[in-house]
Amino acid sequence: MTTFNVFRYDPAIDKCPKMETFDVKNERGMTVLEGLFYILENLDPTLCFRSSCRAAICGSCAMHINGQYRLACRTQIEHLKSDTVTVRPIAHSEIIKDLVVDMTNFFANLEKIKPYIINEGPFPEREFLQSEGERKGLDHLIDCILCGCCYGACPSAGTDEDYLGPHALMKTLRFINDPRDKGGKERLAFVSSENGVFRCHTVFNCQEVCPKDLDPSSAIARLKMKAVWNTLKNLVS
Amino acid sequence: MLKHDVLIIGGGLAGLRAAIEAAKNNVDVAIVSKIHPVRSHSGAAQGGINAALANNENSKDDTPEKHAYDTTKGSDFLADQDAVELMTSLAPETIFETDHWGCPYSRTANGKIAQRPFGGAGYPRTCYAADKTGLYLLHTLWEQTVKHHIKVYEEWMVVDLIVQDKVCYGVMAIELRTNQLQPIAAKAVIFATGGAGRVYGRTSNALTSTGFGMALPYIAGVPLKDMEFIQFHPTAIIGKHILMTEGCRGEGGYLVNNKGERFMKNYVSEKIMELAPRDIVARSIQTEINEGRGIGGQQFVHLDIRHLGEQKIMERLPGIRDICMDFLGVDPIKEPIPILPAQHYTMGGVAANKNCETEVEGFYAAGECACVSVHGANRLGGNSLLETIVFGKIAGKYAGEYVKGIDLNTEHSSYKNFTNKMNGFMNRLYESTGNEDPYRIKKDLNDCLDENVGIFRTEEKMKKAVETVKQLKERYRKIRKVKKTSSFNQDVVWILELEGNLLAAETIAAGALARKESRGSHSRTDYAKRNDAEWMKHTLAYYTKEGPRLEYSPVAVTKFQPEERKY
Ligand SMILES: Cc1cc2nc3c(=O)[nH]c(=O)nc-3n(C[C@H](O)[C@H](O)[C@H](O)COP(=O)(O)OP(=O)(O)OC[C@H]3O[C@@H](n4cnc5c(N)ncnc54)[C@H](O)[C@@H]3O)c2cc1C
Ligand code: SF4
Ligand code: SF4
Ligand code: FES
Repeated sequence: MTTFNVFRYDPAIDKCPKMETFDVKNERGMTVLEGLFYILENLDPTLCFRSSCRAAICGSCAMHINGQYRLACRTQIEHLKSDTVTVRPIAHSEIIKDLVVDMTNFFANLEKIKPYIINEGPFPEREFLQSEGERKGLDHLIDCILCGCCYGACPSAGTDEDYLGPHALMKTLRFINDPRDKGGKERLAFVSSENGVFRCHTVFNCQEVCPKDLDPSSAIARLKMKAVWNTLKNLVS
Repeated sequence: MLKHDVLIIGGGLAGLRAAIEAAKNNVDVAIVSKIHPVRSHSGAAQGGINAALANNENSKDDTPEKHAYDTTKGSDFLADQDAVELMTSLAPETIFETDHWGCPYSRTANGKIAQRPFGGAGYPRTCYAADKTGLYLLHTLWEQTVKHHIKVYEEWMVVDLIVQDKVCYGVMAIELRTNQLQPIAAKAVIFATGGAGRVYGRTSNALTSTGFGMALPYIAGVPLKDMEFIQFHPTAIIGKHILMTEGCRGEGGYLVNNKGERFMKNYVSEKIMELAPRDIVARSIQTEINEGRGIGGQQFVHLDIRHLGEQKIMERLPGIRDICMDFLGVDPIKEPIPILPAQHYTMGGVAANKNCETEVEGFYAAGECACVSVHGANRLGGNSLLETIVFGKIAGKYAGEYVKGIDLNTEHSSYKNFTNKMNGFMNRLYESTGNEDPYRIKKDLNDCLDENVGIFRTEEKMKKAVETVKQLKERYRKIRKVKKTSSFNQDVVWILELEGNLLAAETIAAGALARKESRGSHSRTDYAKRNDAEWMKHTLAYYTKEGPRLEYSPVAVTKFQPEERKY
């Protein structure tokens, strides 16, 4: 048996959140997500959490588990090396119910950076030709599953909901690095604005928690360099 | 009342692609999805997407026609060849489009989209982006819907399809955040709700692929086609059944039994080996296991990619390595991967023609939930992602044109009728005096299908499945009371999905029991041969309260006459 300490809150009835305890029959290899399903199916059908792929690829199940942001489906209970599993929702977002938070702001910030190729054509008849080096420039930047772990861990996002956030800024670099994209200047100008890269204090929380081992902080650092360089160039010309 | 011209249910690849296309007609388009689009199951696709681009040195002679032939042969001649030809001929342009939109495909040395060999294909034809093709395509298409400001009802679950007198008027949906049930009126509705893998317990599919999106049109009078054809993927990891892409074998991986033998040589020619089509590889693995040649006599064999070397694995199969490390604690660079076959894909689905139209006016279906019949009795790897974007686009186009001639009357009697019907259903859940546990029913259903409608099938087992599903449906009517909550009532969601599970299951079991032959994935030990004279036809399952009524329809044959399927 493993004890699950689960954050419970229903804003419609509860005055304040509480932690609730459940005993989960733990089988070898069981993940935290499976533990939550055990609770839903056997102990309390009103428990709320998100899930879909159960394979660490859809980004649904980001939570704060035993002191760290993780994907519940990727976290095996055994690996936590503890008799209790404490689960809370990710921070900096309004709680809808229990472990389900409102990610509207997270996605709204992403949409602000124009997260699509800016290129109105004309397009080649076939694919764009892209050298291996050009394609390598996109490595890792494209692997973000938009889970929100980094956003929950980011102190700047915590103090300012208009701060674009690690996910949106890293996505910006993904487009700037793509030779198919024509929005480079516009993008740099946008992330240099008041809610962009200069709000990041390079404290690396985002990189520490990313379940896909991505490094938004250094992507942001690279963006900062580009932004500064761009400003200098504009001053000179 | 909420209303739109074209309403698309599903934010996976098929739904997103449909939305982009429909919007080109200057009509009002919206997507409804029970999860945020980027969370859709399409994002889990790994290996790649097929098109005869002839980008490799050794694929210069590849053509859409050869792609069509391979697909038809792979389907064991049950696919409709006109639909197959349409798909393979549109494949190149549809994929180039996703490249123009930014999909980060891997590249050949001369900068073209990279292609890898996949099972049952004459050439390396599977375009890939490392081993995360689905994730990248899904994000790319979602980005286009953001660009075109397409409205998405995120986390809204469609719970009924409003159809009266064979005309579709919209859907009933629950906004999960508020638990509110309401109709959304539409001139045309496109279903792109994905597969039904979770009918089985051993499946590679996401928890959200329940078949509910097939069950709703089924109840509304649209038949489900060829549901007995269920693909079992040869290589899923033991325990969690997460997929190891066919790309592992495409890149050169081996399948090995307890004697260290590459056993595929005993089943197909030495030229083909591990790259035979999925139905054949899955049966071979199952035979090895059944005959005691699983590793340590257990229920699995090894997928060995060690000889590809660290560099190639890290470059082409990094996601595979992550999955092995995360879920098995095995590093495939150093150790072989323990695998077994698992349910993977529903070839059948909502019966639709090659314009994605159905028997109900104004109702379309595309993607895995549909059966326009390009996969027939067995789908080739890489053809399903292709189907989603080609037929998503086609559905969007036809629906977008159709709505221009239609008036929407929100006073129509159907909205009230269906609201009452659904409210009645919900109240019965909230006030039930039954004592059946829905999750127990789900478990029993999964066990039943795993056991009785698996890779090898017999009359006796399938009869048992049909009987058991009937009993489970009875039990479903007596489910225990559900607690009302103010938002995100997951219990309600899973109970509704379970109805979808049950209805999909009854069509799978009934179709399988009736089909007295072996074809593609449907493999009977008592009727081991394909029987074209009697069975080269599609199964159509129509809903009745007593269980599915089966009819049959002819297969479209254009260029390729049925021949023995040998590899
Ligand atoms: C692990 C894995 C790997 C794969 N790899 C490949 C591959 O390499 N190549 C290939 O060709 N194919 C592959 N496939 C198959 C392919 O990924 C799927 O067939 C395809 O992605 C299905 O896409 P779809 O758009 O039809 O449905 P999905 O992506 O499943 O999307 C369904 C959508 O419908 C929504 N929905 C469903 N029901 C409702 C409802 N009631 N109300 C509201 N919304 C609803 C969901 O929210 C979701 O957005 C793979 C499949 C798996 C399981
Ligand atoms: S490095 Fe920047 S983006 Fe990352 S957590 Fe710190 S402040 Fe936030
Ligand atoms: S960068 Fe990492 S932590 Fe942040 S959203 Fe993407 S995958 Fe999640
Ligand atoms: S359920 Fe998809 S990432 Fe955990």
